[in-house]
Amino acid sequence: MTKRYWNAYQKEIAEDHYFYERSCIRQTFFPGSEAAFLRIMREELHKDIKDEANQHTCTGIGYHSDIVPLETTMTVVARLFSLMQEDGYTNYVPSCVTSFGIFSEMIDIWEHQPEMLEKTRENLYKATGREFAIPSNLAHPSDIIYKFREELKKNMKYQLVNRFTGKPLRVVEHVGCHYAKIFPERGIGNAEFPYVLAGMIESWGGEVVDYPERRHCCGFGFRHYLLQENRGYSIANSKKKFESMEPYEPDFIVCNCPGCTMFMDKWQYTIAEMENKTYDKEGYGIPVLTYEEMAGLLLGYDPWELGLQIHQVQAENLMNKIGIKYNPDEKYRGVNGKILPKPERPSVLKQ
Amino acid sequence: MGQLYDMLTEDARFSESLKACMNCGICTAICPAAEFFDYDPRQICDMVQRKDENEIETLLRSETIWLCGQCMSCKARCPRGNAPGEVITILRKYAQKLGYYDEKIHEQQYRISATQGRHILETGYCVHPDIVYPELHPEQGPIWKWYTENIADLAPKMGANYHGEGPGALRKIHQKNLDEIRKIYEITGGLDLMEKLTEE
Repeated sequence: MTKRYWNAYQKEIAEDHYFYERSCIRQTFFPGSEAAFLRIMREELHKDIKDEANQHTCTGIGYHSDIVPLETTMTVVARLFSLMQEDGYTNYVPSCVTSFGIFSEMIDIWEHQPEMLEKTRENLYKATGREFAIPSNLAHPSDIIYKFREELKKNMKYQLVNRFTGKPLRVVEHVGCHYAKIFPERGIGNAEFPYVLAGMIESWGGEVVDYPERRHCCGFGFRHYLLQENRGYSIANSKKKFESMEPYEPDFIVCNCPGCTMFMDKWQYTIAEMENKTYDKEGYGIPVLTYEEMAGLLLGYDPWELGLQIHQVQAENLMNKIGIKYNPDEKYRGVNGKILPKPERPSVLKQ
Repeated sequence: MGQLYDMLTEDARFSESLKACMNCGICTAICPAAEFFDYDPRQICDMVQRKDENEIETLLRSETIWLCGQCMSCKARCPRGNAPGEVITILRKYAQKLGYYDEKIHEQQYRISATQGRHILETGYCVHPDIVYPELHPEQGPIWKWYTENIADLAPKMGANYHGEGPGALRKIHQKNLDEIRKIYEITGGLDLMEKLTEE
């Protein structure tokens, strides 16, 4: 019975030969994470993964903000699948959790309503002369890192352990809503017990913090964040999460959705400015990492190539706890070592 | 059955989104929008499934349907497998189609369409650092301002191909791709919706 129960929480993830689709939000706020993912795939796991120059947005944010119709998003998705087919791939890996939800939804509609699939084929052909195939495997990059977490562990230079106390780091994992809440069967661990990030944390030596608002949305809200006057919705939801996790004193937060990573990082700054409040004891804030940043740090990648200097909550204290070696002089240098001016300091959040 | 209810059922998403809601209210209990706004997805599902023409019209004309944050937490928890957030998407679609929204919502959708909607067609991205202006996003903080001021030096350090040719993060999306996206918009109603939303 137990075995059958857990079978329902697994998903099939392709072994190799992936078509990577980049994310608008991730490229904007965490370009180093996409670079780290490709590096991990190619250099650590020796996998074949295609980074196609002609790819583009899936329109997901516009779709969920009701400015792009279903049929348009569906046909744009079909064009992306057409690029995958053209390159000779069948395993589709969208970097963004919103995109992952969009692709899952479109495939689900096509499976249940073949006439919609036919209409999409017709629309795509009429618009572009293209044909497309539905991917044989759809996996989020966090699924792939999860799948190969033990292989990656062998290459890791560090563990999620506090070098001063010898105890596991306490990690809050936040899984993006559209990873498994819309189509639970497409997420590892389903919607109620998502294990995709928790599995990485446990394998790499850390301890998962189980706090009351663990599954609550970060508060993006699509149109709510896009409209300045509605951003109170967004920050209030993140605040609810911070208040709920604060008593557990997490060492850091890790997310698999680019929007969540950005909001949970930036809203800590905003709350500190508005209410003179931080959610750690020392006033630095709780660092928020992508799963590629977490994996990259443990693999010994340069934190400034990963992009940790463009997070508002800085990660030096965390790196010191783990014992990660880094060069502080490189932090404010651009490509080719160019010395850049330093950013302004926030008035509350320590840097 | 009323005309408006029949219209809602024509959407491909409807049959999978609302199947005999039993009014348990789990969707409202879990909903982040219900906690923040005066908003109740349970009530919305009930109003739709009652198929009362006047109630559905009231709903379509209301601000209520614009309060959902589309997180879809309701879908994960509904014991009947309904997706109230998806019902909201369908209601919003027809509210826009029929012009059943007030000046405030119209102006909001105008703003989103005129900025992000146009950006998709012009650049191929929903979001790009070039349009997340620090002066319009004070919540992004001083490091975001610093990043955008020094992006040409910082983005390549993080492996990005900022406005470059070929693959990579933040690459320039070639015109042939933008032309195909625009053609898709033209054929599938995307341009019509944009025009409607950006009407003065």
